Amino acid sequence: MREVAVVGFTQSPCMRREPDRNEVEILIPVIHELRKSLGFEKESFDFVCSGSSDYLAGQSFAFVSGLDAIGAWPPVCESHVEMDGAWALYEAWVKMQMGYADTALVYGFGKPSMGDLPITMALQLDPYVNTPLWPDAISLAALQARLLLDAGLVTEREMAEHAVRDRKNAKRNPFAQVKGDFQAASLLKKPKLVSPLRQHDCAPISDGASAVVLAAGDRARELAKRPAWIRGIAHIVEPQELGVRDLTRSRSTELAAARAGIWKGAVDVAELSAPFTHQEILVERALGLGAKTRINPSGGALAGNPLMAVGLSRIGEAARRIWDGSASRAVAHATSGPCLQQNLVCVLEG
Amino acid sequence: MSEAKEPLELLRIPIELDYTFSAGQSASRFLRGIAEGKLLGQKCPVDGRVYFPSRGACPQHGMPFGGDTLELSDKGTIVTYAIVRVPSENIPLELPYIAVQVLLDGADTVLMHLLKAKLEDVHMGMRVKATWRPKSEWTTSVGNILYFEPIAEPDAPYDSYKEHI
Amino acid sequence: MAELCGVIGIGQTKYQSARKDVSMPGLVREAAERALEDAGCTWRDIEAVVIGKAPDMFEGVMMPELFLVDALGGAYKPMLRVHTAGSVGGSTGIVAASLVQAGVHERVLCVAYEKQSESNATWALSIALPFSVATVAGAGGYFAPLVRGYIRRSGAPEDTGIRVAVKDRQNALKNPLAHLQLEDISFEKVANSPMLWDPIRYLETCPSSDGACAMVFASERVADRQSKPVAWVHATEMRSEPTMFSGRDQVIPRATLDNAASLYKKAGITKPREEIDCAEIYVPFSWFEPMWMEGMLITERNEGWKMTYEGATALDGDFPVNMSGGVLSSNPIGASGLIRFAESALQVRGLAGAHQVDGARRALGHAYGGGSQYFSTWIVGSAKP
Repeated sequence: MREVAVVGFTQSPCMRREPDRNEVEILIPVIHELRKSLGFEKESFDFVCSGSSDYLAGQSFAFVSGLDAIGAWPPVCESHVEMDGAWALYEAWVKMQMGYADTALVYGFGKPSMGDLPITMALQLDPYVNTPLWPDAISLAALQARLLLDAGLVTEREMAEHAVRDRKNAKRNPFAQVKGDFQAASLLKKPKLVSPLRQHDCAPISDGASAVVLAAGDRARELAKRPAWIRGIAHIVEPQELGVRDLTRSRSTELAAARAGIWKGAVDVAELSAPFTHQEILVERALGLGAKTRINPSGGALAGNPLMAVGLSRIGEAARRIWDGSASRAVAHATSGPCLQQNLVCVLEG
Repeated sequence: MSEAKEPLELLRIPIELDYTFSAGQSASRFLRGIAEGKLLGQKCPVDGRVYFPSRGACPQHGMPFGGDTLELSDKGTIVTYAIVRVPSENIPLELPYIAVQVLLDGADTVLMHLLKAKLEDVHMGMRVKATWRPKSEWTTSVGNILYFEPIAEPDAPYDSYKEHI
Repeated sequence: MAELCGVIGIGQTKYQSARKDVSMPGLVREAAERALEDAGCTWRDIEAVVIGKAPDMFEGVMMPELFLVDALGGAYKPMLRVHTAGSVGGSTGIVAASLVQAGVHERVLCVAYEKQSESNATWALSIALPFSVATVAGAGGYFAPLVRGYIRRSGAPEDTGIRVAVKDRQNALKNPLAHLQLEDISFEKVANSPMLWDPIRYLETCPSSDGACAMVFASERVADRQSKPVAWVHATEMRSEPTMFSGRDQVIPRATLDNAASLYKKAGITKPREEIDCAEIYVPFSWFEPMWMEGMLITERNEGWKMTYEGATALDGDFPVNMSGGVLSSNPIGASGLIRFAESALQVRGLAGAHQVDGARRALGHAYGGGSQYFSTWIVGSAKP
């Protein structure tokens, strides 16, 4: 396997609503800062790949305007997935594995505040029999939470404690949206949002963009003092129907983690994209994370959830801990689809 | 409900989603200008080329427009055109109509718009001027210009616009 | 560094205006099953699935790979969904091939589709944005002014487009899967068909089709064991440029020229017109054939129309283009790019039936999208590169 590393990462602050800037304007400073930090102002990347969703933007071909932010001139070798930037990173990683590229720029962006996100996500379901019922994303997650609670596999207290931990960690993340010191007991006194979920159990809606640079072999060593080498990256999707899969565990995360080789060593840091507290618990279990792993030092998705960039940002945040020496081995997780239907696991080493 | 029915073949499922759209800082500058009848071009900070209309950044260089604007005249040259005979949901015009790319004087990019002229008269290089809606109807939209109409000026030489096609 | 990759299976549905007998899952599964059968593979053999289609807003399904998992045997496997506007079919093939070329998987299924009968493409392509005024009526309205620009620059005779349309539609009669089967097609019929966006006439325009196309890619180890011929991937290339910037050549964009130059270099081709036996090129409006002959460096600037005029691009010409009937004959938008790639692969496998170019050993597959800004291309060959 060719050595490919994450050598750069920038993001915009996660905001409930970016009132003035459109997606391109949010993306431009993110890309510029990344280029500047790596001394890549004039140089072009061998490959560019992005992730975004037309339905967040409310228009077809929304990703096309993203090209304006990277100054695609002279023409670039560029691709796009209608998925979180983490999968765009996967495509770029593959391109580098086949020797096509030595450097790649990956970015993800979205302004979910423009629409009604939970309802929009109902369009991800079977259009013939499920979408017409308009089950919003929070309700679907709530169904899963109910299963877990009733089976005694999680408690509301545990869920609240996860929210407390993430928000506390987020205090040290200037880009996070929801942060502060909270008490599980007080959170549990708040009313239910969609039973059994409360507000704190749900990730916020966030506008934002993030970008990552990958580099191979010696190029990576030139660009970063301590490259965050991708030792394994894998993703798996489960059938969508809630009734045909086990919602009390995340099998696809387990499989992806195994393929990415997560258990070949200790995991110092893990950054998770789970948008609900009970799902965060499931992902932690699927990844086999123990007490020795620092989970979500950035606050994770529960502190800032810019769809289409959130997974990519987890990879970036995990890489940062490698760069700053606070971790030797880190794991990043991205998710897509209702109730953790699809999951990506990336293992980084310093 | 018990008689035999034809199997269901097609199902119409209406989808309605509302979006609150924000034009962005750069486009807002140009839109606020047009609300006052001003056609504001924005200059690329790298090569000074004038973009009209403008979005977030100079796409060639990936640089945001810095607010350096230039007021353009509403006269221009037709760079290219098409006579459209196909109706479309979003265009409430009588067929056939002429869709054009207009290079406004002073601009370095073309504006896609409509031309009110005889079908047989339209040609590349034709000089045109904007016909505006009544001022009372102006909003933040390129639609303040109803269409362009020909003016009595000699055609612009091909060389003056050929790089735009 | 790149592993070899071969196309070992191809499956296409019959393209038609409405497939009322299958849902979207049914449509993609049909193409996928045919590809698996052609490859002699089972669902279990497939390690990863790559799906591509045009904007989600066409059929109104957000991220459809999620609900199509079961139909494509994707459960507990990796699935990717590529979206690069009109070139998406091509990009899908390139991404799928890259998984094998990178040594990540040995058997990858890729599928591209569009169920236009269940979509409102016209609406999705021209959603009224706030603050702007719609002036462009569909893709034709966008491209017609560019065609006019080409005619001006090249001095091409005004009936060039008609000749392309007649040729592609005649080719379609030899492809039982093609949507438009116009038995009585003729120069006069095309010339007399209604003008839609001057200078593009009705019969010079692509149809709106339902359809899916699938391919199975395999590693050298697996492909070598196939009894049927393999189409080896010699080179792939993608190039993009911004939709609009000052001085942009919208007619023959630099992105296509750069794409072609790089593609041929990788494939070891120095004289494309001679060394490539045939091509499947994305031509949704007839005039794009001469334009892309120039854009893909097959011929000199402003000479593309001559290839059409000389009959060079006819099935029996020296550089046949769109033997399958092309996009002009079948256009499930998201799939059209992959169909070009698949048809080029069929040619070098010698399996194109009545529209086979004799002795085709190297073929070019091409897709483009957006405002002529995205280009995905490949070269496939009957021998290993």
